[in-house]
Amino acid sequence: MTMRGLARTNDFVVKFANVNGSGSASANALFAKAILRMGVPVAARNIFPSNIQGMPTWYEVRIVEAGWRGRRGGVDLMVAMNPETWKADVTEIEPGGYLLYDATRPLAAGRARADVTAIGVPLTHLCQEAFADPRQRQLFKNIAYLGSLSHLLSIEAEVVESMLSEQYKGKAPLLDANRKAFRLGYDWSSEHLAPLGLRVERRDRVGDRIFVDGNSAAALGAVYGGATVCAWYPITPSTSLAEAFQRYCRKLRVDKATGRHRYAIVQAEDELASIGMVVGAGWNGARAFTATSGPGISLMQEFIGLAYFAEIPAVLFDVQRGSPSTGMPTKTQQADVLSAAYASHGDTKHPLLFPEDPTEAFEMGALAFDLADRLQTPVFVMLDLDIGMQDWLTEPFRWDDSRTLDRGKLMTAEELEAGRDFGRYLDVDGDGIPFRTVPGTHPRRGAYFTRGTSKDRYARYTEEGPAYVDNMQRLLRKFETAKSLVPGPVIETATQPARAAVVWYGSTGAPMAESLAVLADQGVHLDRMRIRAFPFADAIPEFIAAHDHVFVVEQNRDAQLRALLLNECGIAPDKLIPVLHYDGNPLTARHIESEIGEKARALGLVRGRPAVAAD
Amino acid sequence: MTFLAKPKIHHPSLPVNALGFTRRDYEGPVSTLCAGCGHDSISAAVIQAFFELAVPPHRVAKLSGIGCSSKTPTYFLGQSHGFNTVHGRMPSVLTGANLANRSLLYLGVSGDGDSASIGLGQFAHLMRRNVDMTYLVENNGVYGLTKGQFSATADKGSRSKRGAANDDEPIDLVMMALTLGASYVARGFSGDKDQLVPLIVGAVRHKGAALIDVVSPCVAFNNHPGSTKSYDYVRAHNEAVNRLDFMPERAPITTSQAPGETRDIVMHDGSTMRLKRLDAEYDPSDKVGAMAYLESHRARGVVVTGLLYVAENASDMHDALQTVDAPLNQLPDAELVPGSAALAGINASLR
Repeated sequence: MTMRGLARTNDFVVKFANVNGSGSASANALFAKAILRMGVPVAARNIFPSNIQGMPTWYEVRIVEAGWRGRRGGVDLMVAMNPETWKADVTEIEPGGYLLYDATRPLAAGRARADVTAIGVPLTHLCQEAFADPRQRQLFKNIAYLGSLSHLLSIEAEVVESMLSEQYKGKAPLLDANRKAFRLGYDWSSEHLAPLGLRVERRDRVGDRIFVDGNSAAALGAVYGGATVCAWYPITPSTSLAEAFQRYCRKLRVDKATGRHRYAIVQAEDELASIGMVVGAGWNGARAFTATSGPGISLMQEFIGLAYFAEIPAVLFDVQRGSPSTGMPTKTQQADVLSAAYASHGDTKHPLLFPEDPTEAFEMGALAFDLADRLQTPVFVMLDLDIGMQDWLTEPFRWDDSRTLDRGKLMTAEELEAGRDFGRYLDVDGDGIPFRTVPGTHPRRGAYFTRGTSKDRYARYTEEGPAYVDNMQRLLRKFETAKSLVPGPVIETATQPARAAVVWYGSTGAPMAESLAVLADQGVHLDRMRIRAFPFADAIPEFIAAHDHVFVVEQNRDAQLRALLLNECGIAPDKLIPVLHYDGNPLTARHIESEIGEKARALGLVRGRPAVAAD
Repeated sequence: MTFLAKPKIHHPSLPVNALGFTRRDYEGPVSTLCAGCGHDSISAAVIQAFFELAVPPHRVAKLSGIGCSSKTPTYFLGQSHGFNTVHGRMPSVLTGANLANRSLLYLGVSGDGDSASIGLGQFAHLMRRNVDMTYLVENNGVYGLTKGQFSATADKGSRSKRGAANDDEPIDLVMMALTLGASYVARGFSGDKDQLVPLIVGAVRHKGAALIDVVSPCVAFNNHPGSTKSYDYVRAHNEAVNRLDFMPERAPITTSQAPGETRDIVMHDGSTMRLKRLDAEYDPSDKVGAMAYLESHRARGVVVTGLLYVAENASDMHDALQTVDAPLNQLPDAELVPGSAALAGINASLR
């Protein structure tokens, strides 16, 4: 076969177009993992509908030796297994790209493109011949195209086969059938097709990194953070977080002698009950959390206000999705920033953590419980579908065994017995954080009545104006204290002095390094700051003050983090330039480059002669 | 308001319970409810019950929602931690508290608006989960703090103070609790403290969700002719099917009464309570029979009170969740944090 197609090694995009429920997910995951096992980084994303069976679903794998984490944009090889989306899938291929299709039936004229190389493999036919069971015939088409791809892209067959052995260890019939299907595609393709110009070559660029989704990572963080109570209500895309917590607890939190659980997980009747249970458990001194998404946060508003005002620790994992209302349940956004930061009626503010990847989801998943106990308030871990439900190549989880759980200001029975003054809402040392007791601590001292109504420093009900204001001011002092406890920003300066900067948070970081490298090549030099938490540490407004123009990149329509920065830091609005992407798909480096590039040129921020890529 | 001075002095002649506490140790500050409010009688019954139970007051957690009824935990068990949560959501908060520490006694106080209207869902799911707790509904059929609207337990045809008739069917929390799996279900009347105190004692001793629906007239908005939740109406229509009595532990079981008239119930804590039958046909271990009895009497306007259903040897939410005996809120770091070695294994499985 002669190919005038794209020739690239370890730097191309493969996209699988499948039908939901057809069993493609495990074959596609094997594809990504095989490349990782060859030491070549990938950035992989599932693009799926809110559906169980029958609707289109895609899996996009960017093979990227340079290690960029975001989507690139465009597709070099489309594995088109869904007739329904054929037309759009073919359109998406880059000029010079490739199309792999099931050639059991011949391709009708005009169905492919002149500038795309179409590669037909008779997958259905091969599986019909090799397997008798109708379900297997369908399922093994996926493993068969994996075999074809292994040959076409020069992926070492032994790597895939050893992964199959690991996956079906102890299940000989399944292993044999999978091997057979893999060989079916591999052998047929070796015989009939030449390898493509797109090649995977073994490298050593993966190191000790792991491949994991953020919901699992956050759940593991909750285990390490000492969470014992999880109350939740199923909602995409957060469900897998609660399920992962259960999975890890079964492994790590069962008393070996008795088989009993050092954890309690309750699937509540709704989000109101979920957060109610979390508040009850937190009031009673257990570390408790819920996992939810935007609609759940809306339902939890009243309780969040109670936990803020009565000062009860709680952790909420908000795996954000396309909003408002039911929105786009299986698409990603950063659209709950404002509704979480100021959740509930009245004057309220809550700490938010913004992990950028599964590694930070683990770290912040654990840290959130220390912060909630220390600050005695609800703490939000702001994941999104992109971090939560996608597998990321990410730094391994680490834990310092000398670390202890920070339970915060808990007054003990001994201290009460010794006559230490206890005022539940009394600020004893100026940080705005009072001491608390948990029920049952001491027979005669330390009991108090917790309420959502206003109260004085000793938890006595009062509607006196000065006492109310005193309490509200202390809550502000406490929030001020939080600034120094939450993770500060990560600041990096451009290679050349810059008067402009870019700010981002969370999953928006994935394509950022790549975009900034390209922009720098174009003469746009930007200092950069990744915000990791709210309230904003002093370094955040200081960084903004040091620049003339600051791009704020985020995934929502209304520039919510920008609004929060303007409101909290007193910044002139013109200075913060929104760069937005909110169609529900993960951001691409190309999108950021073009948006910032255009705005930077308009502002005269381009320095020197922009390097132009050779044609 | 009930103006009743409560000096903080213990009179030496006050009777003490097995732990040496007097009744005063189970009291709280002065009630701010209306004089004659049924809820104050229930508070007095709670105080008496916990005195009789002889539990250390600080081992009780009292939780409530919002409303007149939910204010009452302030007025008893002053040495206990209390939590006035949000409207209709006491059940979830109490469930969470119970998950955190299974070693405390939990008393949830609610009203008919709090449990049968805004909180009906949470009421139902707490009963389903069989959370080990005593659930007191102070049921007056009316919204008091907002001045006299019907609640969801108001009987059809019952008249408001302004004379309007209630057109909607009432929700019977007792019947709901029975269908939802509650293992101890009783109804009392705030005007009959002798009946109510042992019902509370039994509920606290019972393992699992224990509901006591206490008809508690609202003197301000629902105590007039035409109301089916007034003192006069309930007194005239109250039919007690049995009377529960708690017996001092290790007391000999007397057999002086004829068989069938009494039945001894062994509670979860090993104590025994004695049930004296007033209606010989009523069997509180027969759930289906109880439901038929209650429904036929309700149709005649009769308020059936007493211990209506009890399942001995019931299990609770912690049994279902297989949690360890130690309270989850007291587990040390070493039992919670798996450490770096376990993490290395997890990392290896993700490559």
